[in-house]
Amino acid sequence: MSEQKEHAHHIVSPKVYVVILLALLVGTAATVGASFIDMGPWNPVINLAIATTKATLVVLYFMHVKYGTKLTKLTIVAGIFTFAGLVAMTLSDYSSRAWGQF
Amino acid sequence: MSDSQAIAQGMHPEGSDVHDEHPSYLRHHFNSVEQQADTAGFAMWLFLLTEVMFFGGLFTAYLIYRNWYYAAFVAASHQLDVVLGTMNTVVLIFSSFTMAMGVWCAETKRRKGLIVSLLLTIALGLVFLGIKTVEYREKFEKHHVPGNHYSLQSFINPASDPAATAAGDKPLAVDMAQHTEVYFSLYFAMTGMHALHMIIGIGILVFMVIRAQAGAFTSGHVTFVENFGLYWHFVDIVWIYLFALLYLISRHA
Repeated sequence: MSEQKEHAHHIVSPKVYVVILLALLVGTAATVGASFIDMGPWNPVINLAIATTKATLVVLYFMHVKYGTKLTKLTIVAGIFTFAGLVAMTLSDYSSRAWGQF
Repeated sequence: MSDSQAIAQGMHPEGSDVHDEHPSYLRHHFNSVEQQADTAGFAMWLFLLTEVMFFGGLFTAYLIYRNWYYAAFVAASHQLDVVLGTMNTVVLIFSSFTMAMGVWCAETKRRKGLIVSLLLTIALGLVFLGIKTVEYREKFEKHHVPGNHYSLQSFINPASDPAATAAGDKPLAVDMAQHTEVYFSLYFAMTGMHALHMIIGIGILVFMVIRAQAGAFTSGHVTFVENFGLYWHFVDIVWIYLFALLYLISRHA
């Protein structure tokens, strides 16, 4: 049953697109507003959290991943995991050498 | 036995009686339209992952340099115009919406709706590039473009610069001020590569409008529009992060 559901071509309705559009606009207003409030070390955290929320909405709804195949979901998660791993390794390399000496 | 008969009789697991007729766009090496669409979508996502790695390298460079030359990156980012950046973010979000509507129009076989959606997407893409041009122009005028004519004036003497004064910047020592050039190198590399993706996207959109006018994409075969939509939304996501990291993150630091 779930297998069939997964393979049927799902047409996302314009209503969903409008809701996501509004959510993205609210997110943009929130991130601009938050950037003018001094939250010390939390500024970049909030900033990136809102950006990642917006990106996730785009991926799930505009890019139909929520309604996509398991293969698509697995591909994306594997890609993000690999990217995160590469960043982590790069940072551990740089931070254990002559940090800021160039 | 012709090829199409072989497909109809030999390759459909459910039996040929269900699929005697198959659409002309179904390639003979696929079992079904769904399998063909899933395969194309998977390939598109693999391409987008290579794009993630490409932009990811630039983002990682930005992350490291921002931590090394923190004061320079904060002062340099104050030179960007948040109002223009916000406008461009909103423009790009709307263009993603019109592109999503284009995909819906293709799926529901609305030819006129598809053409209008694609044209609106092109228009919004051009508005984005127009605003970006205004921003680049200001960088050239203030000599904030890396190279022989780069000027440290705004960072050594912030009182002489309205944007730096408004942000309350303190003067930087010359050696730190020189690192603002690294920020602008990354700024132009990242927004420039993003703009190049937009220009390529607009080119493909024009091609799609011409094909759609001839009746393409609205007769059931929507793969091309769908996969282009993925590309366009990906470019939108890159901008969401560029806006956050280049314009906003150092606003109040």
